[in-house]
Amino acid sequence: MSKLNSKVPEGPLSEKWTRHKSKINLVSPANKRLIDIIVVGTGLAGASASATLAELGYNVKSFCFQDSPRRAHSIAAQGGINAAKNYQGDGDSTHRLFYDTIKGGDYRSRESNVYRLAEVSNNIIDQCVAQGVPFARDYGGLLDNRSFGGVLVSRTFYAKGQTGQQLLLGAYSAMNRQIGRGKIKMYNRHEMMDIVKVEGKARGIITRNLINGEIESHGAHAVVIASGGYGNVFFLSTNAMGSNVSAGWKIHKKGAHFANPCFTQIHPTCIPVSGDHQSKLTLMSESLRNDGRIWVPKNIDDVKAIREGNLKPIDLLEENRDYYLERRYPAFGNLVPRDVASRAAKERCDAGFGVNNTGEAVYLDFSAAILRYGIEQAHVKGLDEKDVSLIKKLGQEVVRSKYGNLFQMYEKIVDQNPYENPMMIYPAVHYTMGGVWVDYNLMTSIEGCYAIGEANFSDHGANRLGASALMQGLADGYFVLPYTIGDYLSNDIRTGKINTDSEEFKLAEKEVRSRIDQLLNNKGKNSVDYYHKKLGEIMWNQCGMSRNESELKSAMIKIKELRKDFFENVNVPGLANEFNEQLAKAGRVADFLELGELFAKDALERGESCGGHFREEFQTPEGEALRDDKNYTFVSAWEYNGDPENAILHKEELNYEEVEVKTRSYK
Amino acid sequence: MNLILKIWRQANSNSKGKIVDYSIKNVSPDMSFLEMMDMLNEQLINNGDDPVAFDHDCREGICGMCSMFINGEAHGPDRLVTTCQLHMRKFKDGETITIEPFRANAFPVIKDLTVDRSSFDRIQQAGGFISVNTSGNTQDANSIPIGKHDADNAFDAATCIGCGACVASCKNASAMLFVSAKVSQYSLLPQGKVEATGRVLNMVKQMDEEGFGNCTNTGACEVECPKGISLENIARLNREYLWASLKG
Repeated sequence: MSKLNSKVPEGPLSEKWTRHKSKINLVSPANKRLIDIIVVGTGLAGASASATLAELGYNVKSFCFQDSPRRAHSIAAQGGINAAKNYQGDGDSTHRLFYDTIKGGDYRSRESNVYRLAEVSNNIIDQCVAQGVPFARDYGGLLDNRSFGGVLVSRTFYAKGQTGQQLLLGAYSAMNRQIGRGKIKMYNRHEMMDIVKVEGKARGIITRNLINGEIESHGAHAVVIASGGYGNVFFLSTNAMGSNVSAGWKIHKKGAHFANPCFTQIHPTCIPVSGDHQSKLTLMSESLRNDGRIWVPKNIDDVKAIREGNLKPIDLLEENRDYYLERRYPAFGNLVPRDVASRAAKERCDAGFGVNNTGEAVYLDFSAAILRYGIEQAHVKGLDEKDVSLIKKLGQEVVRSKYGNLFQMYEKIVDQNPYENPMMIYPAVHYTMGGVWVDYNLMTSIEGCYAIGEANFSDHGANRLGASALMQGLADGYFVLPYTIGDYLSNDIRTGKINTDSEEFKLAEKEVRSRIDQLLNNKGKNSVDYYHKKLGEIMWNQCGMSRNESELKSAMIKIKELRKDFFENVNVPGLANEFNEQLAKAGRVADFLELGELFAKDALERGESCGGHFREEFQTPEGEALRDDKNYTFVSAWEYNGDPENAILHKEELNYEEVEVKTRSYK
Repeated sequence: MNLILKIWRQANSNSKGKIVDYSIKNVSPDMSFLEMMDMLNEQLINNGDDPVAFDHDCREGICGMCSMFINGEAHGPDRLVTTCQLHMRKFKDGETITIEPFRANAFPVIKDLTVDRSSFDRIQQAGGFISVNTSGNTQDANSIPIGKHDADNAFDAATCIGCGACVASCKNASAMLFVSAKVSQYSLLPQGKVEATGRVLNMVKQMDEEGFGNCTNTGACEVECPKGISLENIARLNREYLWASLKG
């Protein structure tokens, strides 16, 4: 049994990273030219890592399954990116960003990693501005900030509701520069099918060219997995249709431990499900909670009247509305962290107060903000502050300038004008804090194989704060991995090119081909989506926003049965050597069917409620999460051992030197 | 809703394609266009037929991967949306819908409705960047104030999702709107001005080499652009190009 070593450097927390950087081995510029690195995934983490490694002089091979690296799902991140710049002078600091992130993660993340993240956050903003990322600015020409959930300062940098797009295009442009110089070789429409180990070290990957089905071997001195999260195990999530766990799962099966799979973020502000045909869910940025107030009717009769269409929400009197977040959490109000906001919405809807036909929606109301901004604008412009329609118009303009694209998106999908009516929202699966276990250097338990961004587990504990995913992806890719990987590669300067004609590569290729043939030759009766939807139902109903022992046990059995059924009865049309989307999807769903079981097992094992993981057995009389620090202050790192039910648990104890572990309160 | 779909089917880039008719029943008006296509594919798979290949990923209008030329318009009849955000409520019961790939010499068909847009990537690789290495010691982000007007315009140009609707809509298959969006973003920002001359010359050169047509100012691209990228950007590109050519 392998032992976990997190390799956290010695010394005071605030000096660990600086000391570590100055002590680790370097590779000379001449030798970097002799070293190849594979990066799988081109989201914020993968693109920034690829670009930076190439700038340093390594030969990089980057892979993405989309038609261009610019399509990676980081592009859809809306709200913003955190940094401890303290431009607003509201008391922010590296320590405060660190502390908020640890607290937000419900004390289940590694202290040293989180501190490093906060430390490099400022560099990210400087780097992005230098690249030409058009962040929002104020009239003085300086960068603007806004506030996000779970914090009391304004530290979020943003580009309207398209921050992820702008940051990704920045990283993509840095990649393009290196592709143009020949330092990155880009493989679009390629899917990683497996990792290849030689003498225990990661030495390459097997890929499938999605256009013509060719199976290819690629050798390298190190492999970096930046393939994002596994939210699509739920079928319905805010992830892109192609987002998958396969790269992470394939390395797990070859020896990388998978950590905290049950830590999943259910985002509170998504557009509610409209019907069975639904293929994915759409997120509305958390930034909306800066100005939107969340409520349901106080009285059940009003709920009925609204559902039947006899009452319009705007006509419901103020005293008959229940602003339940403001009521329950007066200090943070509508800006409580995501897990808290999601559970509170579920609680109201379970109690029968959901405002749409499915009973699964709450209101997000901008009328108060429109009024407030309208009066402010009228005052600034010297106009009549008593003119109701003028105030409304002015206020709507301000809201449009802040959230215009989000409002437009809502209107297109729901067919309702959110400037006039409150939006309807409901929680949806959004982000996975769990992922491949990595040490302080971001290396997995396979030597020479790294995991960065959402694909790893390290920084967000049991719950991620808003605007921190972009920060982590870019921190890992621009500022952490490029240093730490050098320490490992310094031993590889004499290795020479990795030979892909070796037995190890041949064997891995053969395994990949046989898996593909198995899927295609099955000729069963059910489509791939049939199984994906079934898996999603089990996950959402039994491993979703709240979990309990009997449901989790039953979920494990059901997923196992579904997986068996899949391999006996799935129907994958088409051929291996052509553009075959169903085949690609089948491979991904096969991996989800294994991960799902490990997910349930992990949730079952963790006998406490923390962050996004809420176990019904462990709650306070008021229904708040009840953490068990005595028994569960550890990371669950699962070692592959055949079927997921047999996975072996390794515990990485979490030691908090700097922060005092206490109950999270947002009241 | 019941619909007749006329869809371009083409096995691969070397084979000849043709329009094939399909009928689909019980489409909900709340479905997105791609969800309707999912439904069709499910139907085809269950009948033992080859499903229709189409590109898609984020399904929230931002990744730029979905395409489709629907009833003669890139991304269909609605304005300021991509195909994934087009909803079936924009169509009528019994309607016949023609679905083709984005057509241009520089976008060869891979299969059915899937096209190869890597020519866009190569244009970006020719100059769509600012040459700054990642070091952790670039100057402070607030050291150069940028006027809100310029910052906002740069942002508007930068919202291009690279879907190729502009090319598909243009009778000349010109990529000017796409190229101008990137050139504009950088030319409006002080950080981008340093390399402005080389950038515009290189990007335009690559655009021509990829086989995109010339711009004749018909403005179809602006109308069909799902992100509302303005023709002003093309004017700015022309200005930048002229200036760069004079400077040599």
